[in-house]
Amino acid sequence: MAAALLGVSILIFGLVRLLPGTIVDILAGTEGRLGPEQRAAVLHSFGLDRPLPVQYGLWLWNLVHGNLGWSFRTQQPVGELIAARLPITIELAVLTIAVVAAVGIPLGILASVTPSVRVKALAQIVGLLGLSVPNFWTAVMLILVASYAFHWLPALIFTPPWVSPWTNAQQMLLPVTSLALGLAAVVVRMTRSSMLEVLGQEYVKVARAKGLRGGTVLLRHALRNALIPIITVLGLQTGFLLGGVVITEQIFGLPGLGWMLLNGVYQRDYPVVQGTVMLFAVTFAAVNLAVDLLYTSLDPRIRYE
Amino acid sequence: MSRDAGAAVRVARLARLARRNPTAVVGAVVIGLTVFIAVTAPLLTRYNPVSQIAQPLLAPGGPYPVGTDELGRDELSRLIFGTRVSLYVGGLAVVIALVFGASSGIAAGFYGGWLDNATMRVMDVLFSMPALVLAITLTSVLGPSLTNAMIAIGIVYAPTFARIARGPTLAVIGLPYIEAARAIGASNAIIIVRHVLPNVSAPLLVQTTVSLSTAILTEAALSFLGLGTQPPTASWGLMLSTARQYMLLDPWIAVLPGVAIAVTVLGFNLLGDGLRDVLDPRIRTM
Repeated sequence: MAAALLGVSILIFGLVRLLPGTIVDILAGTEGRLGPEQRAAVLHSFGLDRPLPVQYGLWLWNLVHGNLGWSFRTQQPVGELIAARLPITIELAVLTIAVVAAVGIPLGILASVTPSVRVKALAQIVGLLGLSVPNFWTAVMLILVASYAFHWLPALIFTPPWVSPWTNAQQMLLPVTSLALGLAAVVVRMTRSSMLEVLGQEYVKVARAKGLRGGTVLLRHALRNALIPIITVLGLQTGFLLGGVVITEQIFGLPGLGWMLLNGVYQRDYPVVQGTVMLFAVTFAAVNLAVDLLYTSLDPRIRYE
Repeated sequence: MSRDAGAAVRVARLARLARRNPTAVVGAVVIGLTVFIAVTAPLLTRYNPVSQIAQPLLAPGGPYPVGTDELGRDELSRLIFGTRVSLYVGGLAVVIALVFGASSGIAAGFYGGWLDNATMRVMDVLFSMPALVLAITLTSVLGPSLTNAMIAIGIVYAPTFARIARGPTLAVIGLPYIEAARAIGASNAIIIVRHVLPNVSAPLLVQTTVSLSTAILTEAALSFLGLGTQPPTASWGLMLSTARQYMLLDPWIAVLPGVAIAVTVLGFNLLGDGLRDVLDPRIRTM
């Protein structure tokens, strides 16, 4: 994982250096207007006249020491900008995962124990719809329905939960719903097929035969063993979630990390882009590591050397 | 067996598969219709999708079955021509991912050693970025345009194909018939084409179908963010994005592009599910 993240850092560093035009021109907004000596001076002041490996080394050194550079636009440290926006993205992502798990897993269990063919077909259709309907369209539709039918929209300026929990909850309602719908459908699908596989096992029959109650068998014996593929899917979905966060924050005007990344892209503010993309990659890697570690507590037979 | 009888057997087998996989048939029909609409777009539309021909934001009805957009362009014509952009960008992006990913995956598995190591490490790096975030970063570097969105999506999905192609390649190259082929003097190229490729083609076909659905979604997302297809070209993602400002006046312009995306993507997902059931019975979806 560390090797992959090192690779990501090289990729991000390299991509930004591949940009058409030099950073100086973008920075000064003076394409072609600086004289050669002025250019050299500006390049020198940003350390851009050094060899690429040295530049990369310095960038990485600063990166691991928590210094992500300074925004081209506002001159503020990127680390500070990220720290200010991170709570919003964390709130959005954590609420979404919580809703997805709270809705998706019980519905999936329900779909696995029902004998009804209709419910089975419904679960499949819902699962496929969740994969097919773009979450940004769901988001736009939620806004449309809320404002058109209910004449309601949450306050425009983002309010943190510690300022006003009620206003914050209103502002999170639609974004979380739009993100959770698609992901929950995938989890329903996975939970159902994983539960069906486990419910066919001998030890489930044994548990039933020795007279345990249905609920105990379902949750203690079946669900616990079915959880591994479900958790795996939830971990993989984090990638979709992080992508979805970028669009969702943009649509709902939540000034989080995704919003910051897009504005960095639109304004060609490369230190901001580098910092946020790196953080997205680290988060994605960390979640997948956490999923691997969760396996061992779910199934003691799995051990890592 | 005569040629006709052979054909009849194949048709019968296909019919049996179709009966067992009604979802795949529905998917194939949806995709068939989408492709038909894309190909015959100029014949199906009455108006040029980029020319302003009427009042803006007209309600559905009359000469404009689903109304006009914010610039007075016929919404139906734009939806129909949007099919072209979606399939073109999604399709070519997946071709890029397939060619680049599968060939490097097969080469990595076949030759092994440092090539395998280097290739798969590069793929790991691409894999460790959330897909849309990587696509956004790539398009921001390449510059926002339809072609660059296509290239970016191709790069993003290549690692999946590389991993899928490498596994079966590794499994096959140790088998006696590969050794036999080598013994009779077959070159590496011949062994790869004649013996390795048939073994990786089934999983690659399933992945291609599934990737088409995600590639179309990603194109729509990039265009929605202004990083993909540029105006005035009709793209569903872009149409949805501009519709946001006017949807209280005319909800249709926000509803329909999303429906178009969802139906097309659903078609590929249905076909992908069905193909997986047929070609890879070990991983059954529900």
